[in-house]
Amino acid sequence: MPKTETETPKMKPRPIVRLGIFLISHSLLVSVVCCTAGVLALLLLPLLAKSTYISENALMPGSASSMISNRDISEANRLASDLSGLNFEPQDAAALESRGILTKYMSDLGAEVSYHKFHHKPNQFHPLHFFSSPDSTSSVKNFSCSAHGVNTVGIIRAPRGDGKEAIVLVTPYKFGKSGAAETLSLSIAYTVFSLLSRVTWLAKDIIWFVADSQYGEYAPVEAWLRDYHTPVFTGLGTLNADTCVKIDDLYVFEQKSIAQRKISDGFRRAGTMAAALILKVADRNELLEDTLNIYAEASNGQMPNLDLINIVNYLAVHRQGLRVKVEKVLTLLDSRWLEILGEMFELLGKVARSLNPGWKFGISTADYIEGSATLASSLYYQALGIPTGPHGAFRDFQVDAITLEISPKVFPHNKARHNEFLLRGGRLVEGVIRSINNLLEKFHQSFFLYMLTSPSKFVSVGVYMIAFALLVAPLPLVAASLYADANQLDLGVKNTKSTPTATASDELDITFRSWKWLSAAKEVFLIHVWGAAVSLLPYFICQIPNCSPTSSSVIWVFLSMLSLLILYLIVGSPSTHVSISQPEEKGEWAILKSATISAVFIGLLVMSVVNFAAAEIGALLLVPMCLMAQPLKLDMKAGKLRSFLRIICNVVLGFVAFPPAAFFVVKTIFEGFDSINMGDFWNWMESLWAWNSATYIYIGMVHLPCWVLCLHILLHSC
Amino acid sequence: MELPPRWAFLLFLLLSSTKASGSAVDKEEFQEELLLKPLPDRKVLAHFHFETRAPPCNSNGRRHHHLFPKAISQMVEKFRVKEMELSFTQGRWNYERWGGFDTMSSNNAKPPGVELWAVFDVPKEQVDASWKNLTHTLSGLFCASINFLESSTMYSAPEWSFRQASGSLRYGMLPREAVCTENLTPWLKLLPCRDNAGLSALMDRPSIYTSFYHSQRLHLTSNASDLEGLNPGIVLEQTLTVVLHPSSQRTSLTHISESYLQPSWSLSSIFGRKVNGRCALAKSSKVYLQLERGLVSELEKNIGSEGYDVEANFELSVNPDRVLKEENSRHGIGSSLLYEFSVDKYSNSKPFDLGLTWKFPVIWSCQQAPLHAIRFLMGSGNERGAIAILLKSTDLNDSSPGADSASDGCELHVNIFQIVPWYIRVYYHSLQLFVDDQLKAVGAFVEKIHVMPSKDKISPGMMEMVLKLPCGVKSAALTLDFDKGFLHIDEYPPDANQGFDIPSAAISFPNFHASMHFPSNDSERESPMLSKFQESSPVLSYTEVLLVPLTTPDFSMPYNVITITCTVFALYFGSLLNVLRQRVGEKERLLKSKAAAVKTGRPSELLSRLLAKLRGRSQEPSQSPSESSPLINSKLVLKVLLMAALAVAWQYYFG
Repeated sequence: MPKTETETPKMKPRPIVRLGIFLISHSLLVSVVCCTAGVLALLLLPLLAKSTYISENALMPGSASSMISNRDISEANRLASDLSGLNFEPQDAAALESRGILTKYMSDLGAEVSYHKFHHKPNQFHPLHFFSSPDSTSSVKNFSCSAHGVNTVGIIRAPRGDGKEAIVLVTPYKFGKSGAAETLSLSIAYTVFSLLSRVTWLAKDIIWFVADSQYGEYAPVEAWLRDYHTPVFTGLGTLNADTCVKIDDLYVFEQKSIAQRKISDGFRRAGTMAAALILKVADRNELLEDTLNIYAEASNGQMPNLDLINIVNYLAVHRQGLRVKVEKVLTLLDSRWLEILGEMFELLGKVARSLNPGWKFGISTADYIEGSATLASSLYYQALGIPTGPHGAFRDFQVDAITLEISPKVFPHNKARHNEFLLRGGRLVEGVIRSINNLLEKFHQSFFLYMLTSPSKFVSVGVYMIAFALLVAPLPLVAASLYADANQLDLGVKNTKSTPTATASDELDITFRSWKWLSAAKEVFLIHVWGAAVSLLPYFICQIPNCSPTSSSVIWVFLSMLSLLILYLIVGSPSTHVSISQPEEKGEWAILKSATISAVFIGLLVMSVVNFAAAEIGALLLVPMCLMAQPLKLDMKAGKLRSFLRIICNVVLGFVAFPPAAFFVVKTIFEGFDSINMGDFWNWMESLWAWNSATYIYIGMVHLPCWVLCLHILLHSC
Repeated sequence: MELPPRWAFLLFLLLSSTKASGSAVDKEEFQEELLLKPLPDRKVLAHFHFETRAPPCNSNGRRHHHLFPKAISQMVEKFRVKEMELSFTQGRWNYERWGGFDTMSSNNAKPPGVELWAVFDVPKEQVDASWKNLTHTLSGLFCASINFLESSTMYSAPEWSFRQASGSLRYGMLPREAVCTENLTPWLKLLPCRDNAGLSALMDRPSIYTSFYHSQRLHLTSNASDLEGLNPGIVLEQTLTVVLHPSSQRTSLTHISESYLQPSWSLSSIFGRKVNGRCALAKSSKVYLQLERGLVSELEKNIGSEGYDVEANFELSVNPDRVLKEENSRHGIGSSLLYEFSVDKYSNSKPFDLGLTWKFPVIWSCQQAPLHAIRFLMGSGNERGAIAILLKSTDLNDSSPGADSASDGCELHVNIFQIVPWYIRVYYHSLQLFVDDQLKAVGAFVEKIHVMPSKDKISPGMMEMVLKLPCGVKSAALTLDFDKGFLHIDEYPPDANQGFDIPSAAISFPNFHASMHFPSNDSERESPMLSKFQESSPVLSYTEVLLVPLTTPDFSMPYNVITITCTVFALYFGSLLNVLRQRVGEKERLLKSKAAAVKTGRPSELLSRLLAKLRGRSQEPSQSPSESSPLINSKLVLKVLLMAALAVAWQYYFG
């Protein structure tokens, strides 16, 4: 073989490596394309939504005819009139009396009735208990008579059932001060309960839980579920020991009223919960027809199984003729840009259909707008990580639950109309319970990760994660390319013919440079530590008595800045650090940016596992800012149009990505400028940590530090 | 003949004994009985009791059965079953409303599904084999999947908590067995009249299977024969316990007092059938109506001081043949009444239809076991949890049956027997005991404990313990932590997503005995059911079956699993082979040679490759990486474009 000694031929790396290098070297183009595609894919989601279908065959919704009779309804009406007759009495007595009446009605149906006492404690920020399950021992402490409630629980044991599983029906009810709507929801539940007490097809026990909603609807349900799943055996004694006088009265009353039936105050249970329905009647009136609102989002964006929503939707629409709605962002409905986008997609769909009638991806503009408004709200509530109703408490114990809020067209004062409303509501609940009762296994067939674009359309995880993946994909590429540039690594892309002859000093230089990322990483780490500290600050701010939300947020911002300043003083500002080292071409800030981008990438990926929607919204804000960030000084020096544009982009993005700023911008867009209040942000954050939302941690430990790092890069003195 | 006197005496004894037995229990006999009992929650309990006896006989080899089912006797002989009980149950016995302190509940209240226990009369090492054979035989006999009890993960050998039997007792439960008429039919076939005549004719399938609780039970005892070659005498006791709701139209609930009037019922209204005379083969055929202690004392209160005229409260459509009053031994709260009706005198033309019509509302409650046991699961999630057994005192008004010994040193013994399948890994060291809401040291209250930890895929975990609680105890709670195990994919049952069952635990109170004594004034043999009532048996109750959700694989995605596994394997082996195959410096050498080849020109390169191949792979390895064309190749682009055009054309014209 002939030997060519003049040039050593370059090693050709493997194709996959070369592809990577190719992508890295064209990272600018790739990131522009990917980000655009990511946003576009998000906008396309309403188009890609599929129609829901009932996946589990065992459910068989609507296959049996409803059995609710007029007798059940008249019984329910009598209960309602008995209860509303008490409204003139003083509140305490009325509460006691109404509980007694309810108990009597329940036990007359043959149900086992028991009371569940709970003590309402307002949610507090416990930094150490953030991820741990709610601690039941703490509830026993700080016991006070002032904030206690009594829930009423009625259980129908399924005849011939083995009692392994149960279906829960929840109606929130304010004993003693209930409105007409609450009484109506109670009568619907009673109608169903009375029917279920005599049917023969029941295979699972039925628990009717009347939640004492004087401290909100979530708290009683949560307290009951906690006692159901993690009872405290030692606590019972202390709890009973200083039982409030009122409760004692209650039992005396019970003993008197129904002499023979022992209403046990013991906790009654009924197997593993299969599903739960929360039934409410809304106070407002609908314009067109009776409407059913479905709320499903639980904590940290968890959703119940799609089949549960499907059967409710199917039965409500096809059997009871109700209009089913899910939450949507109303302001999006009449936004101009969305309409234009919708028209564009519609046109595209038409063109596609003219090419091939088989392609059906176009939807009408109205559908598109409706779909995106619903999707936006779905995304928002999932991202928020706060449950939208008492069903959230069930999801924490891995029970599928949804809230059904029925709102009548006109509030039924007319007797016939009232009965018809009861019949419809009752039949709906009966149908859903019957379907769940048919289920042999627990819900597992259908999706758990999805977003709704309408009650009968959904986007599954496989589709909506494309948008996120596209948004996140350029991050590692840009990080790698920046690192390579800063280290002047030759990745074999530039066709440099002459390979540098390595000298000893050069090698030293290379080793020095290749360890330079450590200082950048240290800085990123420190800023993240600062982020963690900032997210712990509210715990201390909460301790300040009589602090209005506005002042709290001011204190928070002030303290955060102070701590950042102190951090700089202690560690030494990186800008001073830079001036000491030799001013390189891109050097310092590029490596810092590279490290920041890597941190953002890791943070977003981790968050996407915990709460996808939050990661998606976070990526929308963070990714463009991180990718654009470049020291303003450099751009100023350049003084070209392009760099001027970049300055503007950077400033705008930097402003928008700041969490409070983003919050206020969104609030201004949706609610107008007048409603802006400094305290709102504090309240919003407070709700996040009070509900143990992972979004709070995300904002504190990923979003905020990355924003600070980006600002750092922008203000870099290179 | 000169027989020594001793021999003569023995012969005489033998003769006299056979003679005596011949006169009393010479023949096989069959007795049928039905007990009806109104329950406090407006329901009616019907308890059928059939007893078939086969006397021991010494005919070597086969014996001829007249009444006794041959299948059972063969089974007993073959597997040497000393005692056995098999029960099929649907529904739960409501201990609070239907009573927990009488013979009915402690003998006939069974856990849902199938429960089987058997005591064998074989050497200890053969017990397991006998049990396995027995399960298969029973499975065939009763049309049920009892054969699943064969696997050693399904049964265990309690030593003392369930029943005293030294090592020869085996116990198994199938909580998920669906019980239906296919199990009842073979059970009825064991009766001499099946369900064609006699009391069993009442068993109308729809009314039995729409009941709130029904439990069919088969209990057999063979009095062990000491002598070789002597067939054992067998007592086969078949019971069916049903709780029915009299289908009277539900009274409107407007007036509470009215709603407390107990529903009136008759045999024809609850079963939809009447009794047309007795089974001709039965020795006796009787129907009893029992009014329990609480009810009788309430009725007496209702009437006031008019003596024992309890009958004024209700009306019976048939006059009883006999009224038996319980011999009140020690219970301070009245004594139960038993109305006896003989079916002998009824026939097709004059069917027996007992009816009970209440005249006054009456409310009473059943006698409760000293402690009411509830078992439940704690925790959520797929990783771990805890089993809790909560024992709560039932005597709210301090009329404890055991109050007679209410001194300070009084102790309440509670036996707990629980089997846990192996995939629920119970940590027995984590046993915690709370007595009256206070955490107590386990040793202070546990008198005796026997734990058999589970072995994965071999045997279930078993816990037997005797708790020694003070008499005035209000509540006691036991908790045991467990981890949820993983099963192999083919060990999951078909409906794995439902969860897995933990069979009921048996809680018994050895120092409380439920028994009822009725005066037996007639000389003839007593009814077997009443004698059963007189046997004192410890109060026994079963807890709920628990459902534990375990992690389940996504069974609907084997394809995905296969694909992912294959991809991982391909990637792994591909890269491994690639690394192993390449020699150091090989690539560079190749590149050099290629550079040289480029110089010489393309045809020559092809030629050299061809030559190399012909020569026999001397310089062959890894041409492929060098073969790969540059990323943007005009030819490649052309090809791609051509393919795209073809695809579009195809889609347009044929799609």
